[in-house]
Amino acid sequence: MKRYVRESPIFLGLTGFLKRVKRYIPGGVSGKVLPFFFMSPFFILISVMWFAPVGITTYMAFTKTQWTITNMQFIGLDNFVRIFTRDIRVVDTIYITVLYVSSVLAINAFFSLVLAIFTTYFIKKEPISMAIRLAWLIPRITPAVIYALLWRWFIDPNIGLLNTLLGSLGLPTPRDWLLTPPYSQILMIAVNGYVGASFGMIIYSAAITSIPRDIFHAAIADGATDLQVCRHIILPLLKWPIFFVTSWQCLSLISSYEHILALWAGGAGVARAAEVEVWALYAYSKAFYASEYGYGAALSIFLVAIGLIFIFIFFRVFGFERMMQPSKVEV
Amino acid sequence: MASKKSGYRAAIRKAKLMNLLKYVIVYSVLLIPLIPILSMIAWLIVQSFSEGPTSGLIPRGFTFENFRFLWHPIRFGLSEYPNIWPIVGNSLILAVGTVAFEIPVAALAGYALSRMKFPGRVATMKLIVALHAFPGVILLIALFYILNRLGLYGKGILTLIGVALVKAGLGVPMDTWILKGFFDGIPWELEWAAMVDGCSRFQTWRKILLPIITPGISAVAIFSFMGGWGEFLLAYTYIKRREFYPISVFLYSVIGEFVFVDWGLLAAVALFYMIPILVFYALTQKTLLKLQLVGAVKG
Repeated sequence: MKRYVRESPIFLGLTGFLKRVKRYIPGGVSGKVLPFFFMSPFFILISVMWFAPVGITTYMAFTKTQWTITNMQFIGLDNFVRIFTRDIRVVDTIYITVLYVSSVLAINAFFSLVLAIFTTYFIKKEPISMAIRLAWLIPRITPAVIYALLWRWFIDPNIGLLNTLLGSLGLPTPRDWLLTPPYSQILMIAVNGYVGASFGMIIYSAAITSIPRDIFHAAIADGATDLQVCRHIILPLLKWPIFFVTSWQCLSLISSYEHILALWAGGAGVARAAEVEVWALYAYSKAFYASEYGYGAALSIFLVAIGLIFIFIFFRVFGFERMMQPSKVEV
Repeated sequence: MASKKSGYRAAIRKAKLMNLLKYVIVYSVLLIPLIPILSMIAWLIVQSFSEGPTSGLIPRGFTFENFRFLWHPIRFGLSEYPNIWPIVGNSLILAVGTVAFEIPVAALAGYALSRMKFPGRVATMKLIVALHAFPGVILLIALFYILNRLGLYGKGILTLIGVALVKAGLGVPMDTWILKGFFDGIPWELEWAAMVDGCSRFQTWRKILLPIITPGISAVAIFSFMGGWGEFLLAYTYIKRREFYPISVFLYSVIGEFVFVDWGLLAAVALFYMIPILVFYALTQKTLLKLQLVGAVKG
């Protein structure tokens, strides 16, 4: 083809037009359609299991849905009026939730930091610290029901070990750990604390291992003590991981109730009598034990809102990169 | 002179003592809180071979009698089960179903996110991260509605499959993310070569890339299998008929009855239930710590 034809405006326009048309023909134009072919099962699953439920929870919160979940009656703000004015459980539940989240968070975010520093900085032999870290993972790996069964044995007044240990230390040994309030709440904190401690520990350990060793050596050569190394080198470098673990764990604690449900087995009343019924569990038991699905949805809409706010903050504060690599240390 | 020497000696002794003290503190902080956990695991093993309830960790005789549930009907207080194996089967359906729903979807999407340009790609990746952070357990009420609407509630075996589907849906964002990471690690040249030889994109994915990331896929598959095997909350909430209980819900119903507890039998069933998890735990320690890091297991 002659060069002046190939470069003429008409020819260029025509080929451009053909290229554009080609995009809309299925089959020959896989480049545009194919990604969606690959992504569509994912999007379908996500819409059914995540987006739809968020929408349904929101709508159901404004309905009276009892006994059969498919039968909804729109009642406006009644559920919320009931939560704020008539429900006598709400104040207690908020108190228990705050106690639960703050105490377990202290274990999950700060005790796990101690674990991480001890296993990475103080214990120099990798196999030993690896073994200790794996032992700390046991509560997380064990299925919730088995974990609950193990605790059932541990706190059993007749055959369990806990009261024997406490007795030998001269501490109080309640007969019924499950149902005596201050002790049941201590138990709730311990049970969940063990599960959550390993998450922070692993993130922090990875962060500490990625700090160049030379910095530690230089500090020690200059006469720093181990405590000073922790205080002035490790802690400042771990600023982002600590912030990440704290906020992430805070969100998952607010919404978690599986281990409480598993340990206080036997129906709705047990956890309530033991005063360990956190907000999320209260919403659950309203829906599935009392069959008041609408009211349960109204209670859980607060958790959905908290979740969305947290995620907004995550993206604002951390950005995408830091969320994917929470253990990255910026030296 | 002598006093100076003894001064050095005292200083060295003091330094050694401080060092020792440091390690005593470090090890006691790390190990003393582990006493309950380790003793629980020890108890589980001791109790399941003990004739009666243990006192502390001391067994009462040695017997295999507790494992008779494997071939005998089980009696727990008021309830009797003719056979354990249908319950084991239910747990297997749940676990295999979760893998079957989750892995193909995640492998397809992970490939597209890793290799293809399309509008909304970055947004999808951000969405995945957001979904991973969002606590799925608070959506249980709405998911119950969806199961009802899909006709998967109260339908026996279909309900089990429905639970597997929900479990897969809640787990799929993170698996997609992990598999995307595995796809990212494969050089482009391999795909070009395949396409030059006349493979379509789908064939390339199916015949070239999937075999390469088999280790990655199997790691993720094992994780989601364990997730399904250990699943309690979803199964407990949605499965109401006793013949479709998985092991977790079965054990929970026994624990909740309070009437009479045969600790030996309970421990034996629990140990039996734990076997796949213990095996997997022993085999994949390194991967476990690594995948925990990217958050495959939610905390």
